[in-house]
Amino acid sequence: MVRQATRSVILLLVGGAILKTTISGTYVRYVKEGMWPLLYVAGGAMAVVALVGVAGLFRKNPEAEHDHGGRFDAAWLLMVPMLAMLLLAPPALGSFSVSRSGSALGTAPAGNEFAPLPAGDPVRLSVVDYASRAIFDQGRTLTGRTVRLSGFVITGPGGEAYLARLRINCCAADARPVKVRLTGSLPDRMVPNSWIEVVGQYDERTDVDEVSTEKVPYIAATAVTPIAAPKKAYES
Amino acid sequence: MRSVEVLLALLVLAMLGRGLLSDAMSTPLLQSWTTVFISIVIQAMPFVALGTLLSAAIAVFVPPAFFSRALPKHPALAVPAAGLAGGILPGCECASVPVAGALVRRGVTPGAALAFLLSAPAINPVVMVSTYVAFPNQPSMVAARFGASLLVAVIMGWLWVRLGRSDWLRQPRHHDHAGQNKWLAFAAAARHDMTQAGGYLAIGAFAAATLNVTVPAEWLRAVSGNPVLSVLALAALAVVLSICSEADAFVAASLTQFSLTSRLVFLVVGPMVDLKLFAMQVGAFGRGFALRFAPATLVVAVLVAVGTGALLW
Repeated sequence: MVRQATRSVILLLVGGAILKTTISGTYVRYVKEGMWPLLYVAGGAMAVVALVGVAGLFRKNPEAEHDHGGRFDAAWLLMVPMLAMLLLAPPALGSFSVSRSGSALGTAPAGNEFAPLPAGDPVRLSVVDYASRAIFDQGRTLTGRTVRLSGFVITGPGGEAYLARLRINCCAADARPVKVRLTGSLPDRMVPNSWIEVVGQYDERTDVDEVSTEKVPYIAATAVTPIAAPKKAYES
Repeated sequence: MRSVEVLLALLVLAMLGRGLLSDAMSTPLLQSWTTVFISIVIQAMPFVALGTLLSAAIAVFVPPAFFSRALPKHPALAVPAAGLAGGILPGCECASVPVAGALVRRGVTPGAALAFLLSAPAINPVVMVSTYVAFPNQPSMVAARFGASLLVAVIMGWLWVRLGRSDWLRQPRHHDHAGQNKWLAFAAAARHDMTQAGGYLAIGAFAAATLNVTVPAEWLRAVSGNPVLSVLALAALAVVLSICSEADAFVAASLTQFSLTSRLVFLVVGPMVDLKLFAMQVGAFGRGFALRFAPATLVVAVLVAVGTGALLW
């Protein structure tokens, strides 16, 4: 009886926390954007199962929930992520993760062929796309074009500035950073972890990342503007 | 004290202490930890829900005789059959633990259920496709992952048939649902499985998030040149990161300084042995089981993956 009541309430809170995170859109800080239908199903299923349990408490012969002889009930552990979701709702990963793992662009995509950039002057690109074209294709499709990238600022030990973005394939636990070194006309002070938009041209120099030993491309900036942190912080 | 009252008191305390709590958690390290912790839990929850609904359905709606008819009688044959059947559950490891638990309770020979437990998250079509996408220049990685994972699952199943003892398996006693309304019984079983699998998932996510934000990435670079150390390092990384099997191929692909064989080890070990999975196995089968089964699986997985790599590359 008691166990059924606590479990039902905890499950209702967890399902509710998942639904709240999904409805408010903050779920994109933690998992891929396309996860929302699955999250509705998961949160909804938990809430329904919990409500059936609550309703069962008022029946004449409540079912005996299987007690395991007074052992600790693992259901309590669900309180930790539930409270973290409802009370803390931390922001998306940022510069801390980038400084820990370094740039991780990975290997070249199959065939190694990059389509010409779409029309537009400047043309908007993801940081991952820019870095892939710069490193795997030696910037062939970037030469002569003006591009617009957005991401957050990372500063190196020698004062060098980078534009960084994290990409995820599933959830924030698999986040991998991609960095682009900024040169050209930059503001005097770049605030680490602040979001900026960079307009600039391809610069053929590359650096080697200290942590991951991967190549880091350059961009010669012509304009750097501060922007608000986007809702969807990760690229995929 | 009644646990409902404890629960309410906790909730009130948490609401009151909200300001203190978010101040305390505002350093970059703790904030990243919280983000990674929540993301592992949220990412896994749909699969926990799917797996527990499936396990509850098996417990309530599938007659016990079904599986003994569907699988070969002889345990030695039932193991590979169950291992291959794992290929049809398109989920990650969080779904396969409760389903395997329900299979054992439904009378499936434990060796076969364990082969299913290991193979389901490793060889299903979603995982194979994401591996193919992550390794566009090495399609052999897909075949290597499939073959090595299935082989590990079958070997572990056979090992259990030979050496396993039923008293190592602590099965939570399930309530007899006979005579009850089937749908109410289904909801009760689902509520039980969801809170148990979810609770142990939370422990695993706690440990994985802690290591995710504290183990320095430089350690990996330092060992990547040594073939033996790099295999051991990526096996350990797979265990501590506890990444969902549908995403681990992308992480493996990004570990470019490592050999293909050591990355195959990462892909074979990850879906079968990791911190969150270990915690969930403790919940489903007991500590005595998990303490024996997880290390044995780790050793077999590393050996089979290294052997596969040596044959192919």
